[in-house]
Amino acid sequence: MTFYGTELSSRLMLGTAQYPSPDILAGAVRAAQAGVVTVSLRRESAGERAGQAFWSLISDLGVPVLPNTAGCHTPREAVTTAQMAREVFNTDWIKLEVIGEQDTLQPDVFGLVEAARILTEDGFKVFPYTTEDLVVAERLLRAGCEVLMPWGAPIGSGKGLNNVFGLRAMRAHFPDVPLVVDAGIGRPSHATQAMELGYDAVLINTAVAQAGDPVGMARAFRLAVESGLAAREADPMDERDMAAPSTPVLGLARFA
Amino acid sequence: MTQLDIVVRGAGVAGLVTATELADRGARVTVLETGPDIGSGASWKAGGMLAPWCEAESAPDEVTADSLGSVDWWAAHVPSVQRNGSLVVAPPRDVGDISRFGRRTQAFETLAEEAIGTLEPDLLGRFSKALFFPREGHVDPREALRTLRAGIEARGGSVLTGVPRAEAERASGVDWTIDCTGLAARSHLTELRGVRGEMLLLRCPDVILHRPVRMLHPRIPIYIVPRADHVFMVGATMVESENAGGMTLRSMTDLLNAAYVLHPAFADAEILETGVGLRPSFRDNVPRVRQDGRTIMVNGMYRHGFLLSPARARTVAELVFGG
Repeated sequence: MTFYGTELSSRLMLGTAQYPSPDILAGAVRAAQAGVVTVSLRRESAGERAGQAFWSLISDLGVPVLPNTAGCHTPREAVTTAQMAREVFNTDWIKLEVIGEQDTLQPDVFGLVEAARILTEDGFKVFPYTTEDLVVAERLLRAGCEVLMPWGAPIGSGKGLNNVFGLRAMRAHFPDVPLVVDAGIGRPSHATQAMELGYDAVLINTAVAQAGDPVGMARAFRLAVESGLAAREADPMDERDMAAPSTPVLGLARFA
Repeated sequence: MTQLDIVVRGAGVAGLVTATELADRGARVTVLETGPDIGSGASWKAGGMLAPWCEAESAPDEVTADSLGSVDWWAAHVPSVQRNGSLVVAPPRDVGDISRFGRRTQAFETLAEEAIGTLEPDLLGRFSKALFFPREGHVDPREALRTLRAGIEARGGSVLTGVPRAEAERASGVDWTIDCTGLAARSHLTELRGVRGEMLLLRCPDVILHRPVRMLHPRIPIYIVPRADHVFMVGATMVESENAGGMTLRSMTDLLNAAYVLHPAFADAEILETGVGLRPSFRDNVPRVRQDGRTIMVNGMYRHGFLLSPARARTVAELVFGG
């Protein structure tokens, strides 16, 4: 699994928000064997590096950090946040979120493409949080993105893969682009399904952080991702409309 | 037996509760505060909820176990402690969160619409389902800290504020020194971090509540605690930041929206105060007591200052009087 030339140790990406404590967060990252952790940067934390104590805890996890622009509503905000994140975390990776609608937190895809272009030109490696819209995806690639992160469902909703057809089409349309299901995964089975569909990785936050036992749930997601990947590589059987008995039925003795 | 002479550094909730517990057991305590008044740190911004069971939603079991006696301790020291329980509600579309909250907590009753109205008439018809934790309580933090101070002084102890930092750091008790200085202790407690919290005080004569109400929300769980004279405390955000600057517009909007969702009459409330505090926190967000020779440290109160200070003070007292 490679993003922008960097080899990752796992296909499970874990967000770091909303855990009961930093200790539990660290336990979850270990149990998930996460390949990447994402961390959001808020302006009020960035000024005078007020979030440094927490960021140091994140950096100490020893997992590549993908900062994100969570909560930004305009390209300008997102670009400024990305630039602050680059300084704070010393990385040119940025998960780009430009939120377009407050209720569903769905991306403003116009602002997203614009911000992706500006950031790519500025040397960033952009991981855009987008929808499954193929035309938007094309524009993002043209803007310089080499990874796409479509939603499964609205952020934090836990509804799973809302548009399986759209996600499958996206996979078929971009066979060589790393694709990550970013938002909406609520259960390990959703993560397995995403991997079976051919996605390269999944990004989870709320489903782990808000579980009763985040560390236990992190482990469940690790197994789920592993399971979906193994299933895909094992060439699963196809569905059919009729029963297909696994043992012969013709000529069986009848005991009437 | 001669009276033990103990210096307590810090007059926030941890310092004053510990000093009170030690004075209760006969020690002569001197509390030194570098801030201009008692509670100059996060304690002044606290909600004052005494909610061992509700906190179990996100805190480890040990927090609940250690805080079961908390309401009794406060009631024994501060006459105005309210023991009316607490209520957990959710806006209609987040009502599923009530079930989750219930799965992770204990010692509550599930209330339907009418029962909610019996308990809090002003909320009648506003929520279809609530959890009621009858054994919880609440206290006005500022009044409580003033009462503790008066109690310490009445027993011959002293509480000195505005003490120059160098002097406070040099001071030590003849017998013991208790360090309750919160984030100021970072020079020797490097694992401490501050977790920013923002709160509001509103005055609203049109709404009457008898107990703290927690409003569940996926992004911004908020509580409203009634105080005397139609005042309500609305809190509190949790931001992993040590920025102690003024409240952001986003946070204020979130807090005000929650109040408005709880009851539309809050729209006419007067905003008395906005406050920002940094909660001193360890990596597991659990308050700790540590002993180093004749110095004992109580720190990392996180969001459990009023809830857990009595239990941590008891631990200190056992170290002091048992050893």
